[in-house]
Amino acid sequence: MRLTVNGTPHEVRIPARRLLSDCLRHDIGLTGTHVGCEHGVCGACTVLVDGMPMRSCLLFAVSLDDADITTVEGLADPEGGLSPVQQAFNDCHGLQCGFCTPGFLTTITAGLRAHPDPSEDDAREMIGGNLCRCTGYQNIVASVLRAAELQRARS
Amino acid sequence: MKPPAFDYSRPQSVDEAVRVLAALGDDAKVLAGGQSLVPLLSMRLAAPKHLVDINRLHELDYVRVDGAGRADGTVRVGALARHSRVLADQAAASAQPLLAQALRLVAHATIRNRGTTLGSIVHADPSGEMTAVLALLGGSVRVRGASGERTVPAEQFFRGPLESAVGPGELAVEAEFPVLAADSGTSFVEVARRHGDYAVCGVAALVRLGSDGTVTSARAAYLSISPTPLVLDLTDAVAAGRVADAVRGQVQPEADIHASADYRRHLAAVLTERAVREATARAA
Repeated sequence: MRLTVNGTPHEVRIPARRLLSDCLRHDIGLTGTHVGCEHGVCGACTVLVDGMPMRSCLLFAVSLDDADITTVEGLADPEGGLSPVQQAFNDCHGLQCGFCTPGFLTTITAGLRAHPDPSEDDAREMIGGNLCRCTGYQNIVASVLRAAELQRARS
Repeated sequence: MKPPAFDYSRPQSVDEAVRVLAALGDDAKVLAGGQSLVPLLSMRLAAPKHLVDINRLHELDYVRVDGAGRADGTVRVGALARHSRVLADQAAASAQPLLAQALRLVAHATIRNRGTTLGSIVHADPSGEMTAVLALLGGSVRVRGASGERTVPAEQFFRGPLESAVGPGELAVEAEFPVLAADSGTSFVEVARRHGDYAVCGVAALVRLGSDGTVTSARAAYLSISPTPLVLDLTDAVAAGRVADAVRGQVQPEADIHASADYRRHLAAVLTERAVREATARAA
């Protein structure tokens, strides 16, 4: 089957039961997508499928033949500069151990497209499906608001 | 935590899907959004021999309002319409506001981007919001099989926890929700440990007012309270001003690790009062 991941086309031969999370990590070699609970609760494995955030552990790769996937590796600009969301996490100490971070970054990247000027409540709603065991979320909420600010300044 | 091996088909049309399902019978399971099915597979609680992936049946990806503004109007939701799409549909939300009121509480946005509204109804989880919505509104599900199509009303659709009337070899193709009648209002409220989690208890209410503004009909449907969606007629209880008492006497919730039976009964009573009050205000 074919998948475009972060703009690069890939052809993989996989069994039907291969989860997208495992396909990305093991078949394509992109280990930025983290696998936490593996049953759709923690949000760590969230990637963008045709621009929409989805849990990669709840998708069979084979079902996404020809889809366009963005993982955390695809968020920085091609020269390696941090995206507004990545920069905001850096500025606001939005992570500690970093395990959940790829899921937050992809979710917030898509969330800010829908809500470019989020309130604090919008920010909490945006990250409501993602678990973090380090930060207590306060700095992640601050990161969402900071990312929106950076994004507006850049555009 | 990996799904067991299965054979896989990805039909390109509804006719082809029905043929494949008919040939496989009991061995097959339909894969739509998969947001409930994939965890069941990963936890090895289900192990179908064959998955029939309907994600290429674009003909089923629709939300349509037939007869908007008419009393017999219907909101039609195709089997491939994702929750997020149904939630964002302005025509559907204005024809039957309970859809959007409930959908915003279905899991988290990330799940709603993939999960389908009809899929969650067919899954028949007693804690599913959309099962209660279909039951309360008296909607129905259109089911197609090798011998043709049948329409199953909500009261016959839910057979038990995680068990619907869709049989082996059949494909649910559309959910039908009646539009909101004039002088009517709806409300959906629930209590969950965390917004987006499974509700400990949820209530959908539908209230109709007479020309003098009194309540002529009040009904409520419940989730996480009974094995299949429970619908109560509370018209007399509203007239007598005893909604909470009536609910407490008629629900028989079970205890689990999330809540005791008493707490669930308390929630059902309090949330019903709240939902009926809000639905009444919206009907006016």
